[in-house]
Amino acid sequence: MERVSSTRSTTADAAWSGLMAAAQGGDRVAYERLLRDCIPHVKRVVRRTGVRPDAVDDVVQDVLITIHRARQTYDPSRSFTNWLSAIAQRRAIDHLRHRGRRDRREVSDDLVYDNYPDAGDTPEAALDGEHRSRDVQGAVAALSPALREAVELIAVKQRSLAEAAAETGKTKVALKVNLHRALKTLRERFDGGA
Amino acid sequence: MTTYTSLDAVVANLTSDLTPVRPLFSPAQRATAWVGLVAAMGIALASFCDLSDLFRRLASTPDMWMSVAGSVATAILAALAAFELSVPGRSPRWALLPLPPLTLWCWASGLGCLRTWGLSADTETHVAAEAGHCFTHILMMSVPLMAVMMVMVRRACPLRPHLTALVAGLAIAAASASLLNLDHPFDASASDLLVHLFAVALVIAINQLVARRAVADPMRA
Repeated sequence: MERVSSTRSTTADAAWSGLMAAAQGGDRVAYERLLRDCIPHVKRVVRRTGVRPDAVDDVVQDVLITIHRARQTYDPSRSFTNWLSAIAQRRAIDHLRHRGRRDRREVSDDLVYDNYPDAGDTPEAALDGEHRSRDVQGAVAALSPALREAVELIAVKQRSLAEAAAETGKTKVALKVNLHRALKTLRERFDGGA
Repeated sequence: MTTYTSLDAVVANLTSDLTPVRPLFSPAQRATAWVGLVAAMGIALASFCDLSDLFRRLASTPDMWMSVAGSVATAILAALAAFELSVPGRSPRWALLPLPPLTLWCWASGLGCLRTWGLSADTETHVAAEAGHCFTHILMMSVPLMAVMMVMVRRACPLRPHLTALVAGLAIAAASASLLNLDHPFDASASDLLVHLFAVALVIAINQLVARRAVADPMRA
């Protein structure tokens, strides 16, 4: 592992150290400036440790949060850059280990997506089904109240003729006739429209 | 651009969450406090022990002095190393600091063990009974020391939690073994020494388990 050396000058390090000391005292302006200023340095350390470019910003976020939670451990008489670099390097190594463990545990085969298509509806079929469902609902709504009642109870809600008769107070024969008439009307409408 | 906004948001959140903090005491100061606790426990324990026995034995066998000095120095230096390791930016080589006194401790304990090699069966039975007492003593003394150590290390940010816990465990075990000398003022036999080693290893292992949660990485706390 390449050791990340501090490239910042003593003056710049002293400036960061001063900002961190102020932040420990609760100075938000100094803290915000410090965090923004140190992001490029953290990115550099994280990249040098071997983190892939697409994950650098995630690791930088972890580093910023660790800085926040560990800010009481910084000793203003020591180098801030060393303290920061140690946190950045450790977070980068943690990320690489986590990624390594995940890669060993999970298997990814991109060809699977080509060779084994989804057994469900294609997007076109799903859209088509949606349109058909809307048409049927519209056609049922256009039926007379007696025919619509028969379709909704027997065909949609799957009631038996006896249950539907008890619910509506109509005879089973009347419901059966209404259902047949309704289905005939619907069939004519869709056959005629096809 | 999206990512920049995200980091920007993190900075804004952390800044709005800022409260004043008291910088942590230096590792040397924290180690002194912890060793002070061990010393206080030693003083309390000494009030119940027959110290004349201890001094008589120490005067007659210089290697026992070395064993006691080795365990005490191991406890002190391992505590200092553990507190150093708990601060970001400190070298992992601090973990090597307690190795010289640890070597002295093991070597001097081994000498005592050799001296008791040819003891009679009666004495061996007595020593075996003592071994159980030592085991309990080391474990019991470790509990408060471990609790305080964990709280103190947790206040920092151990970026190498396993190494920190290992060295902290060594400090706790060495301190417990040092306190044992107060009511166990004689050389360790082979079985006794094995029990000591097992107790020390057990303390380090328990500490490692406790530390997995207590000395949690700040990101996972």
